[in-house]
Amino acid sequence: MNPKLSFSRNFLDLLSSMRFAVSLLSVLGIASVIGTVLKQNEPYENYIIKFGQFWFGLFEQLGLYDVYHSGWFLLILLFLVISTSLCIYRNTPSMLKEWRTFKEHATEKSLNAFSHQETYATNATPDELKQKLTQFLVAKGFQFKFRTQENGSELIAAKAGTHQRWGYIFTHVAMVVILFGGLLDGNLPFKIQEILGHKRIETLDIPENQVPPESRLGIHNPSFRANMTLPEGTSDNVAFVRVRDGYLVQELPFRVALKDFRIEHYATGQPKSFESDLVIMDPDLKEPITKTISVNHPLTYKGIAIYQSDFQDGGTKLNFKVWNLFAPNAEAQPLAGTIFQKGVLGQGDAALKVEFNDFRKFNIINMSPDGKGKPHNVGPNITYKLRDNRGQAVEYVNYMQPMQIDGRHYFITGMRETVQDEFRYLRIPVDSDLSLNGFMNFRAVMLDASKYQEIAHRIANNSLDVKRDSAVRKQFETSVVQLLSIFAKGGYSGVAQVIEKSVPENEREAVARTYIKMISVAAFEAYNMALEANGKPVLASNTDTETLLRDSLNAFSDIFFFGAPYYLQLDQYEHKEASGLQLTKSPGQKWVYLGSVLLVLGIFAMMYIRERRIWLSIRPHKKQVHFAMASNRKNLDFEKEFNLYREQLRSLIG
Amino acid sequence: MNNSSLEYQQKTLLQRLNSQDWLYAIVIFAGSIFAYTKYAQYMDIYETVFLFGAAALASYLGWQWKTLGKLVLAVGVISLFSISLYDGDQARATQLFLLKFLISSQSAIMWMNVLFVLAMMVYWFALYKRSEFAGKFASALTWSAVLFGFVGLMVRWYESYLIAPDVGHIPISNLYEVFILFCLITALLYLHYEQKLNTKQLGGFVLLVINAAVGFILWYTFDRQANHIQPLVPALQSYWMKIHVPANFVGYGAFSLAAMVAAAYLLVNKGVLSSRLPSLDVLDDLMYKSIAVGFAFFTIATILGAMWAAEAWGGYWSWDPKETWALIVWLNYAAWLHLRMVKGLRGPLLAWWALIGLLVTTFAFLGVNMFLSGLHSYGTL
Ligand code: HEM
Repeated sequence: MNPKLSFSRNFLDLLSSMRFAVSLLSVLGIASVIGTVLKQNEPYENYIIKFGQFWFGLFEQLGLYDVYHSGWFLLILLFLVISTSLCIYRNTPSMLKEWRTFKEHATEKSLNAFSHQETYATNATPDELKQKLTQFLVAKGFQFKFRTQENGSELIAAKAGTHQRWGYIFTHVAMVVILFGGLLDGNLPFKIQEILGHKRIETLDIPENQVPPESRLGIHNPSFRANMTLPEGTSDNVAFVRVRDGYLVQELPFRVALKDFRIEHYATGQPKSFESDLVIMDPDLKEPITKTISVNHPLTYKGIAIYQSDFQDGGTKLNFKVWNLFAPNAEAQPLAGTIFQKGVLGQGDAALKVEFNDFRKFNIINMSPDGKGKPHNVGPNITYKLRDNRGQAVEYVNYMQPMQIDGRHYFITGMRETVQDEFRYLRIPVDSDLSLNGFMNFRAVMLDASKYQEIAHRIANNSLDVKRDSAVRKQFETSVVQLLSIFAKGGYSGVAQVIEKSVPENEREAVARTYIKMISVAAFEAYNMALEANGKPVLASNTDTETLLRDSLNAFSDIFFFGAPYYLQLDQYEHKEASGLQLTKSPGQKWVYLGSVLLVLGIFAMMYIRERRIWLSIRPHKKQVHFAMASNRKNLDFEKEFNLYREQLRSLIG
Repeated sequence: MNNSSLEYQQKTLLQRLNSQDWLYAIVIFAGSIFAYTKYAQYMDIYETVFLFGAAALASYLGWQWKTLGKLVLAVGVISLFSISLYDGDQARATQLFLLKFLISSQSAIMWMNVLFVLAMMVYWFALYKRSEFAGKFASALTWSAVLFGFVGLMVRWYESYLIAPDVGHIPISNLYEVFILFCLITALLYLHYEQKLNTKQLGGFVLLVINAAVGFILWYTFDRQANHIQPLVPALQSYWMKIHVPANFVGYGAFSLAAMVAAAYLLVNKGVLSSRLPSLDVLDDLMYKSIAVGFAFFTIATILGAMWAAEAWGGYWSWDPKETWALIVWLNYAAWLHLRMVKGLRGPLLAWWALIGLLVTTFAFLGVNMFLSGLHSYGTL
């Protein structure tokens, strides 16, 4: 034999062998496991943090961050297609032959060697027997063929369930069809163009119209899966395909506009539905198509299916009152902003950039202390960053409405310096009108040095010990003023530092206690002064007031750790949402579905149709009938059937 | 024609039906038509098809397997009775004696749990004592557990609508509910083979997996309060759920059954309990049949899942961890079937494989939810 030919033959044999297929399937299985264990398509920084630079680079080379679209994965799929196709090519002829044939050429010798056989003695005539036996076979659903053998015996060769053989063909053609469909929908065309250098992914965050042509996919791109974020009231005709750590711009043959996006909620606050009212505009259309899509209910136009996938803010307009926390007055400045845009607070070197990042109208939070209560909606919140001129930023999350904690209401603002940190919260107690003003006015008095004398005076008036003696009174008032100016510079921790510096250690606790007492008495007067100035009824002395003052003083002390001198109170908003759409074109889908139907048919054929063959030879010279039976699958059902037929035939023939 | 030649004539299914069978089917269809006239305005075309499809399936299965027909009727009657006791008021579940202690959804499910535990003990006792009677009793307990389980699910379905009409949904939407479904389907598959092959000795083995699931249900109920009915997230509001999930659980149930039979096989192969358990041939056959059923249903379930994904996530295949693990499970059993059918392999290797296959299957079923995150929205632990 030609050695070259035999090599390629061996190679083909290997390719079409089951060993090879099983190996490929095992590798596929392992690769799939990796893809599920290692989270796919994360931002690359996350991987760097997780693995370190060296392993990150290695894993990237191996394509582990997007296993299912890596070159080697696609190659395995390709080999599976080839291997299975060859297997089909080699096995189909014999399968078809088995399907058709009655095996009527079986010799008497070979039939006698069967493991399942029986011989019956009979006196009946051949014709009589032939009639009986064929009736029997018909009743059992067998098809048959006659053949007279050389020695005069009449052989009836029968078969049933040979359609089972189609099972093999169907399942394996199905695999090829499904894989083919899958490859059609994969990003193979882009991959090839990328290797050839015609296309590359864009990694910069630049406006869509500046993305160069080599990172754009035309409207004739046969298959893609892209995303589009449309704010309410806008339209667009491009979508973005995420690839590794970058993206491609996919151009669309039409324009999609979003009229309205809605979220509905259950009574418990969990989301019930996401819906987008879309308009499709296309010169090919006489009139634009309007349709509402929702999760599980996409719209398909020009072979492109449009899905509701997620949502985000679409540029909500915001109006704030900005309080300068350290200004000794209670005047708030207005500030207008829009989500995803920036603003400026303050002037000169101390100016801060405000970046409005997110607005959420509903926030379902479980506020019960043990976490077992029902979550409920606590109203809108806004996330923003304040960035100084060195680029350092502090992130804030601010809830618009006061939240109830332990039966009292507070305005809550969280702040953190880095994304890894947890938010730390500033809790400002509400006043009797459930507003922020009470605290802000109080804070203004506490910061205003010109008010301290008055506070001290009021305290002294109320204190019997001090009132009478003018020298004591004078000294007392001075110390109150002093303490208040220390407190105004750093809250409790400012006071603590002073104590640490100027008081011997064994006296510190007592002094601290006195100071705290004094501050809270001063706070009572300060709060009331603020109320009087605004023409409001003053506080009564009771436990509610005590709690209010304690919370107010804590909040006052916390503003020194707030990271910025500005408090942004969300006053009004005009909500604008953006719908997250996914657009897919998958010409392979019908192939995959076709393959799936074949697969199911094939599996049922293979497992629930049982191929059986019966040979009945009427041997007049021996006055015998010989019965032999075989199946390509030996199992208990076959044994049972054989035993049953053997007995039935005995009574039929005997 | 004489008698002896008639003996071998096989009757078709329709010829075998007697008046009782027809009555059964009529009752089932009358029930579906009643349900349809009552709720037609809330059902889309698919759900209408499913309703009558389910009626046809119940009739067919009931004809083929008479005990199942009785079960279907009993579940129907008891569920309707329980629902009538509720009378549109959820609070009655804890007020009326009969509901509180027997057939409110929560109590019925608890009874299912208890009965499964008892059934397992009795099965093992029967195996140990070689007692025919105890074996029958254990079977009866298992049937009752299944009865209570289905009643529990049916009533839970109704109860979900009592919370709020928009909350109502079929109770196969989260881990708690599908674990119940898993117990029921695995038990039914087992009971089917038990009746056909008279293999009561295997009950103790099969009920081991079921009771593992029962343990999970109990933990999930008492530690996590998972028995509370939650509304559906938007992605799950689809008619696909009604077919994709049950198909999957026939698969999981059959694979679990196969694994337990494999365990028995391995013991017999080592000579342990071999005088008490069925022969290796029977065990091998049962293991194969069970995997074959599981494989067929798992294939269908995966395909239905892909079709659902195409509608909900914008692609029939997204390599979501649950999808990927379904594929791994599928490949695993495809390989098993290849070796058996193509290479003709038999014996302990396949049994070990079927047993270890259960680990893979369990990971796909549970582990993915616990350890991996993805698009599948139900049941994070
Ligand atoms: C993509 C890879 C393949 C997959 C997913 C696959 C899947 C299957 C499935 C599901 C079955 C049916 C088992 C059952 O009855 O349920 C089967 C049977 C079979 N497969 Fe494959 N197969 C693959 C590749 C191959 C290859 C490369 C060969 C070549 C040797 C092969 C040969 C066979 C044969 C001979 C049968 C049994 C047919 C019979 O006896 O009726 N398969 N396969």
